[in-house]
Amino acid sequence: MIKINRISKAFNGKPVLDNISGEFDKGKTNLIIGSSGTGKSVLLKCIVGLLQPDQGSVYFDLRNFTEADKDMKSEIRREMGMLFQGSALFDSKNVEQNVMFPLDVLTTKTLEEKLDRVNFCLKRVGLENVNSKMPSEISGGMKKRVGIARAIVNNPNYLFCDEPNSGLDPQTSIVIDELIKEITEEYDITTVVVTHDMNSVMGIGEKIMFLYKGHKLWEGSYHEIMNSGVKELDDFVFTNKVMKNLKGKVTSL
Amino acid sequence: MKGFGKYVIFLGSLFVRRETFKTYYQLVLEECIIIGIGSILLFVLVSTFMGAVSTIQTAANLVNPLIPRYIISQVVREMTILELAPTVMAIIYAGKVGSSMAGGLGTMRITEQIDALEVMGINSSSYLVLPKIIASILMYPLLVIVAGVCSLVGGYLVGTLTGIMTAEDYIYGIRLAFNPYFISFALIKSLVFAFLISSISSYKGYYTQGGALEVGIASTSAVTTSVIAVLLSDYFLAQLLL
Repeated sequence: MIKINRISKAFNGKPVLDNISGEFDKGKTNLIIGSSGTGKSVLLKCIVGLLQPDQGSVYFDLRNFTEADKDMKSEIRREMGMLFQGSALFDSKNVEQNVMFPLDVLTTKTLEEKLDRVNFCLKRVGLENVNSKMPSEISGGMKKRVGIARAIVNNPNYLFCDEPNSGLDPQTSIVIDELIKEITEEYDITTVVVTHDMNSVMGIGEKIMFLYKGHKLWEGSYHEIMNSGVKELDDFVFTNKVMKNLKGKVTSL
Repeated sequence: MKGFGKYVIFLGSLFVRRETFKTYYQLVLEECIIIGIGSILLFVLVSTFMGAVSTIQTAANLVNPLIPRYIISQVVREMTILELAPTVMAIIYAGKVGSSMAGGLGTMRITEQIDALEVMGINSSSYLVLPKIIASILMYPLLVIVAGVCSLVGGYLVGTLTGIMTAEDYIYGIRLAFNPYFISFALIKSLVFAFLISSISSYKGYYTQGGALEVGIASTSAVTTSVIAVLLSDYFLAQLLL
């Protein structure tokens, strides 16, 4: 479980996150949603420690990550896996080397053990016979899969995904979403996904935190999102006519 | 001053939370190949022509018949060892290797590859930059030695083939009043320049923010700042060591 407590962050005096608290449950796909520029990615970066919050704390299973020393932070980080918006695969390494990288630097496994694990993870995300391909030779969807394989290769306790569907077609997006959800349940890990994709919200949002202009306005599940009663959330969810009609039907039920 | 302070902190960060020796050994080896093998052709080409041109220009300026011809090769030797091989080649090194380091790290920064390393619990600056600096310090003095030899060979070829001087005169001039300390001085300079170029370029690349345009700006800035640092340190080292 990850707990965030009164997180605030400002850039050049301009507040981006204001006093955000919440919990992300183990074994669930936790979503942070909101429009562009609301501070979703900043919050995620504060959680994983890429940004230092101005105030507040982040706890990983009761371990205070924000105030931990560098060695402790490093130890907790080794339990994390992260899928980045642009996949962040290492250009100079092929698919196999990319996925094997965390094992190379963080473990003392033999090459054979590492290869077994890499091939298992690649198979798990639906990729086979691509080991020798370079990141520039594979599609955006495949890059995301490789990114997920790399994120899970070292058996993380926490999985973070920053806009996992950005740049993907709707069908591939659903496949990636399902994969994230399956992996979360299969390995019983705490997954936090930042997204503004409503398909993801309705598909995998077991626990959702809605951010608006740096504030947390709502928290709930995708079952509850239709009738949240929060105007800003309604404006975010029901953006087109189809969704607005759907809201009308749900409200009348 | 703020930038200098950040640079010093950056250098300090290279030595905390290090990876295993084996990891660095492999990375340094890879960087040595990239820096050494990747630069040697350019160094050979530039230094050979530099030596050749130095010989012709020195000969053109020595019009007094009382001055012996072997003085030409002596002048070329001193120029090569003291300035051309370590300092002028450092400027070329900054343009080739420094800009490549800054561009590579800058691209890794904007495509979140550096963030990916950090999230894995790896000290990204130490993992990415320290091997570059070590490899640079190992390879640049070797490149300077190669450049020095090529420069003298270039001078020899042009001096003898164009009839400026005889081969015997050239060899005699090269060996005349030779001060071996100048070799040590050149190598000390090359170590300092290698450190400055690799660390400054890495610093510029590592802290790139923005997009492709900023990566280009970081590369340019890396070369400019490195060259200024090389020239300033060249002056201070000359004052200090000669």
